Amino acid sequence: MSSTEVEHKGYSGRPRAQSGFTAWLTTTDHKKIGIMYFFTVLVFFFLGGAESGLIRAQLAQAEQSLLTEEIYNQVFTMHGITMVFLVVMPLSAAFFNYLIPLMIGARDVAFPRLNAFSYWVYLFGGIFLYTSFFLGGAPNGSWVGYAPLSLDSVSNMAYYAVGLQILGVSSLAAAVNFIVTILNMRAPGMTFMRMPVFIWMALVTNFLLLFALPIIAVALFMLHADAVLGAQFFNPATGGDPILWQHLFWLFGHPEVYIMILPAMGIVSEILPVGSRKPLFGYAAVVFAGAAIGFIGFGVWAHHMFTSAIGPVARSAFALSTMFIAVPTGIKIFNWVFTMWGGKLRFTTPMLFSIGFISMFTIGGLSGVTHAIVPHNAQQHDTYYVVAHFHYVLFGGALFGLIAGIYFWFPKVTGKMMSEKLGKMHFWTWLLGFNLTFGPMHMSGLLGQPRRTAVLPGELGSTVELYNLLSSLGFVVLFFSALVFLYNLITSIKSGEASGDDPWDARTLEWLTPSPTPFHNFDVIPTVTHRDEFWHRKYAEDESGRAIPVPAGASEDHDEAGAHDEHIHMPDPSYWPLVQTLGFFPLGYGLVYLNWWLIGIGITWLVVGMYGWIIEPVAEGDDDDPVDDQHDATAPTAAAH
Amino acid sequence: MSAEAHATTLGMDHRKLAMWTFLGSEFLFFGAFVSAYLLYLDTTAGGPGVEIFDIPFTSVSSFVLLMSSLTMVLAHSAHSRGDLRRMRLWVLATAGQGMVFLGGQVFEFTVFYREGLELGGSPFASSFFVLTGFHGIHVFVGILLLLSLYTLSLTGKIKPNQDLKTEMIGLYWHFVDIIWVIIFTVVYLIPEIAVLD
Repeated sequence: MSSTEVEHKGYSGRPRAQSGFTAWLTTTDHKKIGIMYFFTVLVFFFLGGAESGLIRAQLAQAEQSLLTEEIYNQVFTMHGITMVFLVVMPLSAAFFNYLIPLMIGARDVAFPRLNAFSYWVYLFGGIFLYTSFFLGGAPNGSWVGYAPLSLDSVSNMAYYAVGLQILGVSSLAAAVNFIVTILNMRAPGMTFMRMPVFIWMALVTNFLLLFALPIIAVALFMLHADAVLGAQFFNPATGGDPILWQHLFWLFGHPEVYIMILPAMGIVSEILPVGSRKPLFGYAAVVFAGAAIGFIGFGVWAHHMFTSAIGPVARSAFALSTMFIAVPTGIKIFNWVFTMWGGKLRFTTPMLFSIGFISMFTIGGLSGVTHAIVPHNAQQHDTYYVVAHFHYVLFGGALFGLIAGIYFWFPKVTGKMMSEKLGKMHFWTWLLGFNLTFGPMHMSGLLGQPRRTAVLPGELGSTVELYNLLSSLGFVVLFFSALVFLYNLITSIKSGEASGDDPWDARTLEWLTPSPTPFHNFDVIPTVTHRDEFWHRKYAEDESGRAIPVPAGASEDHDEAGAHDEHIHMPDPSYWPLVQTLGFFPLGYGLVYLNWWLIGIGITWLVVGMYGWIIEPVAEGDDDDPVDDQHDATAPTAAAH
Repeated sequence: MSAEAHATTLGMDHRKLAMWTFLGSEFLFFGAFVSAYLLYLDTTAGGPGVEIFDIPFTSVSSFVLLMSSLTMVLAHSAHSRGDLRRMRLWVLATAGQGMVFLGGQVFEFTVFYREGLELGGSPFASSFFVLTGFHGIHVFVGILLLLSLYTLSLTGKIKPNQDLKTEMIGLYWHFVDIIWVIIFTVVYLIPEIAVLD
């Protein structure tokens, strides 16, 4: 069906703006939503960073009292929650949003309004959590929130229980959306084994979210019921089992670790082949290793509980499965190394961060294997050794990979380059600051420094004090490095050098469109015949297998620019995702303070918002068009919901 | 083109696939609650335990809920034939049975509460009320969906050729029923039989 005539049917019920402030508030465009995720993450990243600065200031010397213990507990708890739920996960979501439709050759995600809903819920969930600072204190029972400790009346964990629940709604909606998008909306010819590795990792990550989030939801509902309604799930006085929370939390928490690292692995798997001018070594192995991590990731959780009462059989079983999960991870690391092996390496900033990712993640992975050894684990449990380990995988791993992605796709989003000079300065100071901060923690942890303790005990000795001072100095380096990054980002957005459409000589479909990406993504939906489709459109092989450029214009469906522009129908903007999600505020506060009026208002608001959403006019006419319309390049109507 | 297209989509409508995906997540949700309940089966803190259940009564309300799946199928069948009038009839019948079930649950909760089973009484009571309560909330949401389906089909927003909407709500409704089959078996029947032995 041609959609030209129905595109502007004269409905006044939906906003139209494509630019300006309203356009951002009402957007359903996956690219705009991705950008909003990114900038929101930036704000929370600096908040979380400020909290870590307070932690490091307090621990710079033994027996300091800059912060009271109460404030210290709130600060380290919010640092953890912020970095996990408000920085790393949504930064991955920013990449998912921007890149999934472009990389699979689609014009948007399957449910654009649901996508906007996910973003607003994330933003409001984050704001909700942070308002707790002004309303009686932030959660202070650590991001793992062990009950019954977290049920203590002074621990403010109601905000934790409700806030994470709200963020979970956001992630769950996004997971459903991305899974359907990837499974159903790939361009013609893009079979599963032709998908970019980033798309594969996104698929695995979103399945992990889908199956891990309901478990934390259950744990949080129980915690909330105990804290606010007087239920007895975790109260040992009536026979409640403290181990139950640990099982539920880590059954979510360990897949969560892979939820945070797999997107970064996907990003690095895209950057390394481009920076090495070689296809990814062992594509199938990388993909299957990623899927294997997803499966095994659900079977290792109790290694977080080796010092709890779970019994020797469980300890042995989980020790084995934990060592086992290092195998697919190792497969990936070797494949990345072999991708670079013999390649024409260009050490651009994204490449440097990717190589930094591999090195730092390997260190974190190796210290992770030491946790699998039960007697060893008992020694290092709850010490700074563990803090060092997970920062090497989450900061040295996930964050390095995600930053590599920022530098790599910045030209795609803006059409400008980020400064390479500042980028390299950022990388080297970041690497130095990171290792200076977290390297010494291995040592101070093995020497017995406990985690989550407000005051560094003087009796641990001057060696531990020195390591802590080094860590705090490392934070200063990281802080200046982050400022370099921020300066680079802002100046490059304002006045970066023009990048052209394909600055890196890249391999995947997103670079087939002009940079910055036009609103409708592709003039013509490409037909895919190869893995690394874009590369094969640019290069053929001579007899000896060397890549030789294909003359420009030889690919059949790229250069009809603009010809189909007016026929392409894109999803309409909508106020409803924003309006509806505001209802989470009364609901959230109502649940925290058990005010039935607020709860009632919140639920009514959400239901009314849902109705507004349902009966909102659809400009493309009926919304029950046959599903295979999406592959008709002139009328991708199936993307309209 | 169509053969190629087939390889790059699952051939299922986005919305239906999304519903299946979401229900996959829901299974884990109830799975975790049922596990906690089984863990706390004997942790009654001196209060009432599984012997409090009235199996004949709950059997009847379970039967009503299961029968609502039949009327849901009939509603979808009528809609796929384009017969909105019959569809509305069966949708109302389904919602009505859902309400009977919910009424039964409210009655049951009240009786248990009078007999001393309170939310804050013991881990057993907490896990029973929260698990079955969340199932009840799911039934309630299902009833809201059915009534919306009814209303929107009256206003013309849902058209005779849009049986996908009835089908999706049907998927959700059948899921809620299946979960009840599991809850009735694992939460009520098996522990009760074990107590009687």
